[in-house]
Amino acid sequence: MGSVTRIVVQRLLLGILTLLVVSIVIFTAVNLLPGDFAQAVLGQGATEEAIRSIRRDLGLDQNIVLRYLDWLGGVVRGDLGVSFAQMNFQSNMGGGEMKTVAAQIAPRFGNTMFLAGVTAMIAVPLSITLGVLAALYRNSAFDKGANLFTLSSISSPEFFLAYVLILFLAVIYPVLPSLSNIYEGMGFGERLEKTLLPALTLTLVVTAHMMRMTRAAIIQLLSSPYIEMARLKGISPMRVIVRHALPNALAPIINVIALNLAYLITGVVVVEVVFVYPGIGQLFVDAVKIRDIPVVQAACLIFAGAYILLNLTADIMSILSNPRLRHPK
Amino acid sequence: MSDKSHRSLLLRVEDLQLEGRSDETWTPIVKGVSFDLHKGEVLGLIGESGAGKSTVGLAAMGFTRDGVRISGGSVLFDGTDLVTASADTKRQLLGKRIAYVAQSAAASFNPAHKIIDQHTEAPVRHGVSGRKESEEDAMELYARLRLPNPEEIGFRYPHQVSGGQLQRAMTAMAMSCRPDLIIFDEPTTALDVTTQIEVLAAIRKIVEDFDTAAIYITHDLAVVAQMADRIKVLLRGEEVEEAETRRMLSDPQEEYTRSLWAVRSFKRPAKPAPALDAVPVISVQGVTAAYGKMDILHGVSFDIHAGRTVAVVGESGSGKSTTARCITGLLPPRLGQIEFEGTPLPGSFRGRSKDQLRQIQMIYQMADTALNPRKTIGQIIGRPVEFYGGLRGRARRARVEELLAQIELEPSQYIDRLPSELSGGQKQRIGIARALAAEPRFIICDEVTSALDQLVAEGILKLLADLQDELGLSYMFITHDLATVRSIADEVVVMKDGEVVEQGSKDDMFTPPHHPYTDLLLSSVPEMDPDWLSELLKERGLENIGDAASDRM
Amino acid sequence: MTALLYVLGALAALLLAAWAMRLAGRALSGNHPRFRDMGFGEAFGWVFAAAALVFAVWLYGREGAVFFRWAVQGFVIFALAAWLFRLAGRHIGTGGSRKLFRAMPLTASFGVLVVLIYAILAIFAGFIAPYGQAEILGAANVVPGGDPALGGNPAYPLGTDQIGRDILSRLIYGAQNTVGIAFATTCLAFVLGGSMGFLAATIGGWLDQLLSRAVDVLMAIPALIFALLLMTIASVWSARLGVPLTLFMVLIIALIDSTRVFRLARAVAGNIVVMDYIEAAKLRGEGLGYLIFREILPNALAPLLAEFGLRFCFVFLTIASLSFLGVGIQPPLADWGTMVRDLAQFINYAAFAPQAAAAPLLAAGAIALLTVAVNFIVDWMLHRSSGLKE
Repeated sequence: MGSVTRIVVQRLLLGILTLLVVSIVIFTAVNLLPGDFAQAVLGQGATEEAIRSIRRDLGLDQNIVLRYLDWLGGVVRGDLGVSFAQMNFQSNMGGGEMKTVAAQIAPRFGNTMFLAGVTAMIAVPLSITLGVLAALYRNSAFDKGANLFTLSSISSPEFFLAYVLILFLAVIYPVLPSLSNIYEGMGFGERLEKTLLPALTLTLVVTAHMMRMTRAAIIQLLSSPYIEMARLKGISPMRVIVRHALPNALAPIINVIALNLAYLITGVVVVEVVFVYPGIGQLFVDAVKIRDIPVVQAACLIFAGAYILLNLTADIMSILSNPRLRHPK
Repeated sequence: MSDKSHRSLLLRVEDLQLEGRSDETWTPIVKGVSFDLHKGEVLGLIGESGAGKSTVGLAAMGFTRDGVRISGGSVLFDGTDLVTASADTKRQLLGKRIAYVAQSAAASFNPAHKIIDQHTEAPVRHGVSGRKESEEDAMELYARLRLPNPEEIGFRYPHQVSGGQLQRAMTAMAMSCRPDLIIFDEPTTALDVTTQIEVLAAIRKIVEDFDTAAIYITHDLAVVAQMADRIKVLLRGEEVEEAETRRMLSDPQEEYTRSLWAVRSFKRPAKPAPALDAVPVISVQGVTAAYGKMDILHGVSFDIHAGRTVAVVGESGSGKSTTARCITGLLPPRLGQIEFEGTPLPGSFRGRSKDQLRQIQMIYQMADTALNPRKTIGQIIGRPVEFYGGLRGRARRARVEELLAQIELEPSQYIDRLPSELSGGQKQRIGIARALAAEPRFIICDEVTSALDQLVAEGILKLLADLQDELGLSYMFITHDLATVRSIADEVVVMKDGEVVEQGSKDDMFTPPHHPYTDLLLSSVPEMDPDWLSELLKERGLENIGDAASDRM
Repeated sequence: MTALLYVLGALAALLLAAWAMRLAGRALSGNHPRFRDMGFGEAFGWVFAAAALVFAVWLYGREGAVFFRWAVQGFVIFALAAWLFRLAGRHIGTGGSRKLFRAMPLTASFGVLVVLIYAILAIFAGFIAPYGQAEILGAANVVPGGDPALGGNPAYPLGTDQIGRDILSRLIYGAQNTVGIAFATTCLAFVLGGSMGFLAATIGGWLDQLLSRAVDVLMAIPALIFALLLMTIASVWSARLGVPLTLFMVLIIALIDSTRVFRLARAVAGNIVVMDYIEAAKLRGEGLGYLIFREILPNALAPLLAEFGLRFCFVFLTIASLSFLGVGIQPPLADWGTMVRDLAQFINYAAFAPQAAAAPLLAAGAIALLTVAVNFIVDWMLHRSSGLKE
C-alpha cells in the first residue's frame, strides 16, 4: 500500500505545481499587454483616480515578481480584484458599492456547475451503456449506425447542434424554451426545464466521444487472452464483460469520463452564448470582448483549475484501479 | 504411454475446415483435418508457424477467434457436434468437460483477480462443487503440481507469481472440474529450458493421474515426443501424417516429416584451437555494466579469435544481450574494457571512429524490427555500402547485387522489394547482407534463428558457416538453444545472472564433468527420445530439475 | 407526465414485440441458429429499428415536417453522390487509385467527394461566386429560395443578409477564408510541433524533459479558453501595431495546437526509435538528420497524416467558434462562424418561413459537413492501418 500512497501524493503535488505554473503563465500573458493599457480601456473620460486604481490593480508600477505574488496572494484569499466595467461605471457615474470579480463570478459559477452537472448526469450513464452495447454487438448494424452518428456529432460545431436542437425542439415543436433566462430563487423544476436544451446540446457532443472511447477500450480488452480464457471456461457473455472485462476497463473508462467532463468546460462557453445562459462562460466571452482583464484572468484561472482537477482525479483513480499497483510483489 | 485406441471414443474431428478473414474476403486456413481421440489419450499436434495447429485446437472446443470461422466438417465431442451446437450447449461443456491451457499464462490470468478466485470460478459456475471444496481441491492440485507453498500461492495475484509457476497454476485451473479433455496450446514455448522441464513433468504427471485425454499443440518435436501417445503433423492447414509416437519418430513416411526430423543433424567440424600468442579480434576484459544503479554484468571476460565462433549461452536475464550492448558501445561499461585487435575501444559508440564502427556489425533476432519497412532491399543494403565504402550509383548497385548473390537471393528479383514482401528467413538473410556490406571483421548474432522455423533456421546457420569460411569472420553467437550451439560453435561461454559460469571449447563443454549449472542446462534440453523425460526423472529425481535446482546454485 | 407514460408504454410494447418476434422466428424457421442463438437485446434492436423506420416514414408524409424532409432528401442525395463517385473512382484512374476505391466504404468516398468540392470552391472562389464577399447590394434581408412571392429574389438564390450582402457569395468566399486559414494554421502547428516532437524523441535527455514539461503546462489550460485569453491580449496589440488580428489568431492557435502535435509526434517517433533498425543506423554512425528524415519520418507519415486530418478539424472548429463568439476572423472577410452569429435570429422564423431559417443553418452546416467528411476519411485510414496490423 505504501507505494500507492507515495504515487498518489506525488500526483497531488504535481497537480498543485501545475496549477501554480499555469497561474504564472496566465499572469505573464496578461502582462504582455502594453503599459498604457488602462488609459486605452477606460477611454478619454476616465478620472485620474480610476486610472490610478487600474494601474495599481495591474500593479504596473511594481516589480513583476512582487506583482505576481501579490496577485497570487489575493487569489488564494478569494480576492480576484474588481472588473474594469465596474470601475468604469463607478468612475463615470460615481458612488455606489463596487461588485468584486469574485462576487460577479460566484452565482454564475453555480449556474455553470448546474449545467455541467445535468449534462454529466445524462451523458455519463447513457454513453457508457451505449459504448458497452456497441462493444457487445460490434460490427453489427447497430454498431455501424452508432459509429456514423457519433462521428457526425463529434465533428459538428457546438453551435450547429445547438441551433438544430433549437430549430426542432423550440421553434417547430415548441416543447422547451430556446433561451435560458435563469435567475436566483427559481424553482428546481423550472430551472431544470430551462437548462435542458443547452444540456442536451452538450450531451450530444460529449456522449458521442465518450461512447466511442468506451467501445474502443472494451474491444481492446475483449481480444486479450484472459477474456478468451474466461470464455473458454464456459462463462456467460454478461459475466465475462462484468466480471472479467469491466474491472480492467475501469482505468480507461474513468479517463474517458474525466477527459469529457474536462471537455465540457470548453464546450460550455459556446453553448452558454447560444442559449444566453448566465454562466461563467458567457461572462468570460463578454469580458474578452470588452477586454476586461481582471474578469478574463479570473475566469481563465477557474477553467484551468477545474480542468487540472478533473485530470488529476482521473489520474489518481486509474492508479487506484490498477491491481498491480494495489498489490505490489 | 500405452495404446489407448481400444478405449471408448471421446472426440472425433472430421474433415474440419476453417477460413480466416483478410481484406473483407474469406480464405481457407485449415483445409480438411480429421482425427479421433480416445479417453485418456494424448494427441500431439505439431507443425511450423502458419500450420493452423492452434486454430484446430480451439476449433476442437467449438471455438473460433474473431476473424476465423468454421466452414465445414464436424467436431463430435461425446455425441454432440460442437460446430452446430447452440452457444448454451457449448458453454455447458467448456470449462467443465473440455478445458484449455494457453501459451502465455501471464496474459491469460485476469490481472484483477486472485488466482484462486479464477480457479474456483468454473467449478462454482458449472455447479460441480462448492467454493470451499473447490479451494481445498485447488491446494491439493497445487501440491501435486509441486508449486511452492500450495496453501498460500493461490491467494496471490497473477503478477506476483513467476511464469513457470503460473503455467502450472493454469494447468491446475484446467483440472478444476476434472475435465475429460484438455487442450494444451504451446504451454512451455515462452519458458526457459530449465523451467520448461519442470512444467512438462508436472503436466504429464497430472494428465496421467486423472486419466485425462489431451491435445498437445507445439512446434517442438522433442517436447511432443515426451508428452504424446500419437502425433499428427500439419503443414499449411493440411494434414501430412499421423502415427503412434515411437513409429513416427523412428519411421516417418512423408518427405516433409523426414525433413523436420533431419534438421538437427547439421554439424560443422571443430576448428583447431587458436595459437597461444594470437591477438583476439575482440577481447572482453573484466566488464561490469549497470542499468541505472543496478549492476547487470559482473566482471565478464572472454576472447573471440579470428575466424572462430563463440557461442554465449544462458537463460533470459543472464546478461548475454547486455554483453553484446557493451561490445557495440550502446551501454558503456562501468568497469573494464573491450579491445579490438589489441587496441582498446572507446566505451560509447559515439566516441568510436567510423572504421571502428564498421568492424563490429550486428544481426538481430527479430528481422521484422531490424529492417526499415519503408525502404527497399536495395536501399537497406546500399546504405552501408555508400556510407563506409563511398560507392555510389552503378558501383553501389553492383556491390549490392554481389552481396545479394552472396546470401543466395536472386539480385534482380529482390533488389526493389520491400521487407514486408519477404518471408522470415529471407528477411534474416537481408540482415546478414547489411552486416556484410560494412565488410566487418566481427559480427554479433543475437538469437538470429530463434524466431524462425527449424528448416529455415538450418539454412541460415549453414549460410553463416559458409560466409565465415569464405571471409574469415568472427562471430559472437548469442543463443539459448543448445542444439544451435552444438551445430555451429567453436567455443562456448555459459552465463548466469550476469557472470560467466564456465567457458571453453565446444568439445570440453559437451563432455562431462561440467560446472553444475552447465550440467543442469544441458540435461534440461529435451531430446527426441520418447523415454528421455522418464529416464531423466528416474535418474535425478524431481528435486534436482528446474527452477528449484537453478536457484540452489 | 403524460409524455413520460407514452414513452414507457411504447417501450413496453416494443419489448413485448421483440419477444414475440423471436418466438415466432424460432417457430417458423424450425429453430434456425439465426433465431436460436439470438439474444433478447438483439431482437429488441431489430424491432426498435423497424419501429423507428415506420415513424420516420410517417413523419416524412406530414405537412409541417419541412426540415425533416430536407434532412432526409439531403442524406439520400449525399449518399447517392458518394456512391456514384465511388463507382466512377473504381473505373477511372490509375490501377492504384482504382484499387483504393474498391476497398473504400461509402462514408470514406463521401468524405473524399466533399473535401474535393470544398477544395475547388476555396481555390476558385473568385470565379465561382456571383458577387464580391464584402459587396453591399441594393436589397437587404432578401429571403432565400429565390421565390418573389415569399420575399425572395432570383438574383440572390440564398438571399442577402442584414446589410445586403449576397449570402451565396459569402458562403463560397467563406470556404476560401475559413478553410484556407484553418489549413495554414494546421500546417504551421505541424511544422512546429512535429519537428520539436521528433527532436525530443530522437535526442531524449534534458531536451525531451524540458519540452515535455513545457507542453504539459500549456496543455493544462483548455485550448479554447487559452485562445480566448491570448486573443484578448492580441486584440490590443493588433490595434496598436496595425497588424490584422487574423494573423495573430493564426499564430496563437498554431502555438496552442502544436502542443497536441508535439505529444503525438513524440509518441510516434518514440515507438520507432526503439526499433532495431534505428539502433543499426546509430551504430553505423549516422547523423541526426539522416535518422530523422530517412529512417523515422517515412514510418511516421501514416499516423501523422491521420492526425493532420483530426487536428485540422479541431483547428477549423476552434476558429469557427472564435469567429462565432466574435473574436476570430474579422470583417470584411466572409467567414462561416461569423455568418452563423449574424444570421442566427432567423432561426426563430422557422415555424412560418422555413426558407428564412435555412440561411444560418447553411453556414453552420457547411462547417459541420467538412469536419464530418474529414473525420470519415481519417476513420477509414485508421481502420485500414489497424486492420493491416492484425
